[in-house]
Amino acid sequence: MNITLRVWRQKGPDDKGRMVTYKVEDVSPDMSFLEMLDVLNERLILEGEEPVAFDHDCREGICGACGVVIDGEAHGPETTTTCQLHMRSFSDGDTITVEPWRAKAFPVIKDLVVDRGAFDRIIQAGGYISAPTGTAPDAHASPVPKADADRAFDAATCIGCGACVAACPNASGMLFTAAKVTHLGMLPQGQPEREARVVQMVNQHDEEDFGGCTNIGECAAVCPKGIPLDTISQLNRDLLGSLSSGAAE
Amino acid sequence: MALKSAMAVTGVILVLFLIAHMYGNLNAFAGQEAFDTYSHHLRELGEPMLPHGGFLWIMRVVLLASVLIHTYAAVALWRRAGRARPVRYQVTKRVQRSYSSYTMRYGGIMIALFTVFHVLHLTTNTIHPGGRSESPYERMVAGFQPEFWYVTLFYVAAVIAVGFHLRHGIWSALATLGINRQSRQRSLNIIATVIAAALTIGFLLTPLSVTFGLVE
Repeated sequence: MNITLRVWRQKGPDDKGRMVTYKVEDVSPDMSFLEMLDVLNERLILEGEEPVAFDHDCREGICGACGVVIDGEAHGPETTTTCQLHMRSFSDGDTITVEPWRAKAFPVIKDLVVDRGAFDRIIQAGGYISAPTGTAPDAHASPVPKADADRAFDAATCIGCGACVAACPNASGMLFTAAKVTHLGMLPQGQPEREARVVQMVNQHDEEDFGGCTNIGECAAVCPKGIPLDTISQLNRDLLGSLSSGAAE
Repeated sequence: MALKSAMAVTGVILVLFLIAHMYGNLNAFAGQEAFDTYSHHLRELGEPMLPHGGFLWIMRVVLLASVLIHTYAAVALWRRAGRARPVRYQVTKRVQRSYSSYTMRYGGIMIALFTVFHVLHLTTNTIHPGGRSESPYERMVAGFQPEFWYVTLFYVAAVIAVGFHLRHGIWSALATLGINRQSRQRSLNIIATVIAAALTIGFLLTPLSVTFGLVE
């Protein structure tokens, strides 16, 4: 396959940045999207040019490091991570536009690499449980209903890739925040801090300059882990409950 | 969050008002007397506990406050969204979002402008195509005559905009108030569509019936 790539190039955080067009030839349909970028980069290095910087780590769809907007869709046309997207999802001769996640909270470091530290700070604000000391409790000491455990687990599969923010027309990080609030809120271990957690995490979310959620649902549609949209409603429920009881003060 | 809750609650108030407003409009099909009496009774509602027109003024204050809060919250969230994405994408694609969800803000502006016109037209009668009248029924019938087709057209466009606005708005308000669950998501969306469609059709019936001579 021969592909024309339009890639966002930006030398550093203060550079203005621009789209640059590259031809990538002899692309195998079995290559992953990142492997195709590797091929381009090897060529750029040989030609003495700066390779295109992009984030990646496990390349198995479980770490959440990779992620770019491909033809206007976070992680591209398949509902998966960019590393698990293959070139067979495109056709020979396609022109593909590649852009970094666009959000004030995710400033571009270089080319396609953004700083997602805002997510870490949201987790630091309340995405944890108080650590009990002593020996590990018996596995059956605090029973969890199957449905609750499943839901907690579904929410816990969030890998923090940031596609929800990238896809949101408001650049809101609500799905990410809601996934963690739901994960911990469904389990007995998460109860002591439950009311304070939701308020602190949402406050941090807003402080990081993410936009507000308007329930459009693009986040859940592009989420490679299928975090359900209703986690946001669960967060809202917890938040309204917490604010009205005043427990968060 | 306070903004979004305010948006949702005031939105619900406005939807409830629209349902009552549509019921009032449909009285037109029962003739001039029924329509004018209904309008008159609105002013007598709550008497003698309330002064003449007292109920109506309470409603007006509540509605105006709702509209102002709704608008303020919308503008604040809009500005926040703008700040949250200072560099825009070169290519964007709708994955699943509906037409109504991405026209909320522009639709809202159109509805606000329409509401001003609508109040000047049929409430205060400052704008009076087809002549002034003391009878609300005559004001309405005169305003939607075929020769004022542009007035009717504006109403039709605005009512359709309201329909789209409600389609996403009702769903969004319910989700913001924490009512959405995965098992209910489909039902909530259907409820939003049904209410939006019912209000759109209900509001279109009266002016179009006048224009096409079914109500005289």
